[in-house]
Amino acid sequence: MAFRFALVGNPNCGKTTMFNEVTGSTQHVGNWPGVTVEKKEGKARRFKEDIKVIDLPGIYSLSPYSLEEIISRNYILEEKPDVVINIVDATNIERNLYLTTQLIELGIPVVVALNMMDALEARGDQIDIPRLEKQLGVPVIPTSANKAQGTKELIEKSLQLAQCVASGQLAGSITLFEEKIEKSLEELSELITPMLGQMYPPRFATVKLLEGDEIVTANIKPNRELIDAICEIRGQLEQEYDNDMETIVADQRYQFISKVVSKSVKKKLSVGGLTVSDKMDKILTHRIFAIPLFLLIMYVVFTITFGFIGTFTIDYIDHLINVTLADAVSTLLHDAGAAAWLDSLIVGGMIAGLGSILVFVPQIMILFFFLAILEDSGYMSRAAFMMDRLLRKIGLSGKSFIPMIMGIGCSVPAIMATRTLENEKDRRLTIILTPFMSCGARLPVYALFAAAFFANAQSLVIFSLYLLGMVIAIVSGILLRKTLFKGEAEAFVMELPPYRIPTFKGLMIHMWDRGKGFIKKAGTVIFAASVIIWFGQTFDFSLHMVEEVSSSIFGAVGTFISPFFAPLGFGDWRSSVALLTGFVAKEAVVATMGILNNLGEVGEGSVELMASLQTYFTPLKAYAFMTFTLLYMPCIAAFAAIKREMNSWKWTLFTVGYQTATAWIVSIIVYQGGKLLGLG
Amino acid sequence: MKECRPGDKVVIVRVCGEGPVKRRLMDMGVTRGAEILVRKVAPMGDPIEVNIRGYELTFRKADASNIMIQKLES
Repeated sequence: MAFRFALVGNPNCGKTTMFNEVTGSTQHVGNWPGVTVEKKEGKARRFKEDIKVIDLPGIYSLSPYSLEEIISRNYILEEKPDVVINIVDATNIERNLYLTTQLIELGIPVVVALNMMDALEARGDQIDIPRLEKQLGVPVIPTSANKAQGTKELIEKSLQLAQCVASGQLAGSITLFEEKIEKSLEELSELITPMLGQMYPPRFATVKLLEGDEIVTANIKPNRELIDAICEIRGQLEQEYDNDMETIVADQRYQFISKVVSKSVKKKLSVGGLTVSDKMDKILTHRIFAIPLFLLIMYVVFTITFGFIGTFTIDYIDHLINVTLADAVSTLLHDAGAAAWLDSLIVGGMIAGLGSILVFVPQIMILFFFLAILEDSGYMSRAAFMMDRLLRKIGLSGKSFIPMIMGIGCSVPAIMATRTLENEKDRRLTIILTPFMSCGARLPVYALFAAAFFANAQSLVIFSLYLLGMVIAIVSGILLRKTLFKGEAEAFVMELPPYRIPTFKGLMIHMWDRGKGFIKKAGTVIFAASVIIWFGQTFDFSLHMVEEVSSSIFGAVGTFISPFFAPLGFGDWRSSVALLTGFVAKEAVVATMGILNNLGEVGEGSVELMASLQTYFTPLKAYAFMTFTLLYMPCIAAFAAIKREMNSWKWTLFTVGYQTATAWIVSIIVYQGGKLLGLG
Repeated sequence: MKECRPGDKVVIVRVCGEGPVKRRLMDMGVTRGAEILVRKVAPMGDPIEVNIRGYELTFRKADASNIMIQKLES
């Protein structure tokens, strides 16, 4: 017989670690609230029974206000797993049990995994487990998922429970609310139950109808009589308790929990005592030191990533692929007597295309490694805490800060990180603005042009572009918030998880999980695109191989669209084609420039390419070109991520349209303005 | 509780307001009778960090003004 167990719990309760421990599969572990968004499945190992474990998003409640809560609720109600394993952080038991009180109402057997027992014991606190079991009416198993303690017992217990239920023995229920409310619920339940069928468990439906939950009400479609009955009882209770129904229910749940906790938990530390984490926090979020410290941390991360280590790996891999590998393959093909076009396709198209992406893999990995440290340690949520005020000025909240800062690395994971935002408007706005944060792939373009035209002020010019991107994001934020995204920004109610020392394994999993996507993109989309580009620049419209790129398909297209860029200072067809290929990957702009200037595949450090560019660019034109590169539509991988996260073609097209329009306007201001000032 | 300063210990009397923000606050344990220790104010003056029900929570001053409290001690 096959069983399905669903893992449910608050963010930061160790749910992902538990999932990895039980299933043995590797998975992303984070310390940023809401890191697990997708439903993940795995098979429980070390058991002969067929047990499927489903990892649901980390949630605080089953209220219908965030996407993740709705996903989890629907899963449990519609898919009806055999057992819900509720992971509860023992060191933060009060708030964690709130979700438990809601899960128990769903009519599915619940097993509580009282997790992080090791941390609890280290703190000197104690929990009376048999007593807790009795009060909650469900089995409670102490676990420490990070040390693999208690997980076997947990699955055994769940299995036992599932088998009991399968043989017809139902789990018990508990009295959660005060008598008055319980009585009203009973009354209502009698009216509601006949209408439910298999849709909802009666108690859940009754509580939700009473609370006025829109989704549940819309699904049940209560008749006039029932609506009246609900309104009457709600009115009575609201008057009695002098509050609205949702508040009464939440109050009651927490009162129940307070009772449970006061009886079962013995705390050593007085309320508000300082833990090590608190002491660290005192410095890291200090009123005066916090922001300088934050800037210092960011500076260190970026210097290491984009500085010497990053550059070293880029040069090394570039040589490995574009020289060593390319030469070897070329020789091989030559010896085998391959046709010139085949050599051109494989070496000039595939290897060069793949190479242009793969060189960034180590750098991206280093960046992801640092971001993983910041996230897993709990520092990221502090950064959000510190930056909230600033971001609110542009109509966002502190929660948008993480995606924005990640955008400096790569827009793709940054866009994916917006999932932690609850408010749909904020999420969309953040997605639109994130690509303005200059991503790592744009750096080679700046490096090339800055070296060619601003030899004495390279880093200043590059820095100014990063800054420009941020300014444009701020201006756009204010503008869009006043027009398309009118209304209040998302509230900022967020947990600040305790600082934890990240485990090396956790960091590696985290880093790999993100980096994998990047490599996959290199292997699929970009691979295909580089073949298309190769084709476009090697053949003309009558499919003859051409000598000069200018007479190829791309040359023709570039010439056709180049007037569009003329007012911006770079009406040359080569620039147009380079920007077109930038849609595949931003770094392809450099590669294309090399090919179009008949220099073959060259890096951003090529002196010949610089000399060639100097013949048709001026410093002002170069700056306008870099500005356009910074702001226009992101690469195809980011485009795909935007489409997936927006889940709407309309919004996706609006996003890239807005970005390209912004790029055009800002570049024209730079170029024409610069000319007026006599800089051109 | 907008006027609270870091170090203040208070107890919640009532949570006003309505809609998702209120619900979110309550889901996080900001309900009647809960004790709050005001930890600190963010470097830029907003939001605030509090200790409630044994963990650290942050929300904005605007939301704090919807929380009616009674001071316990300073």
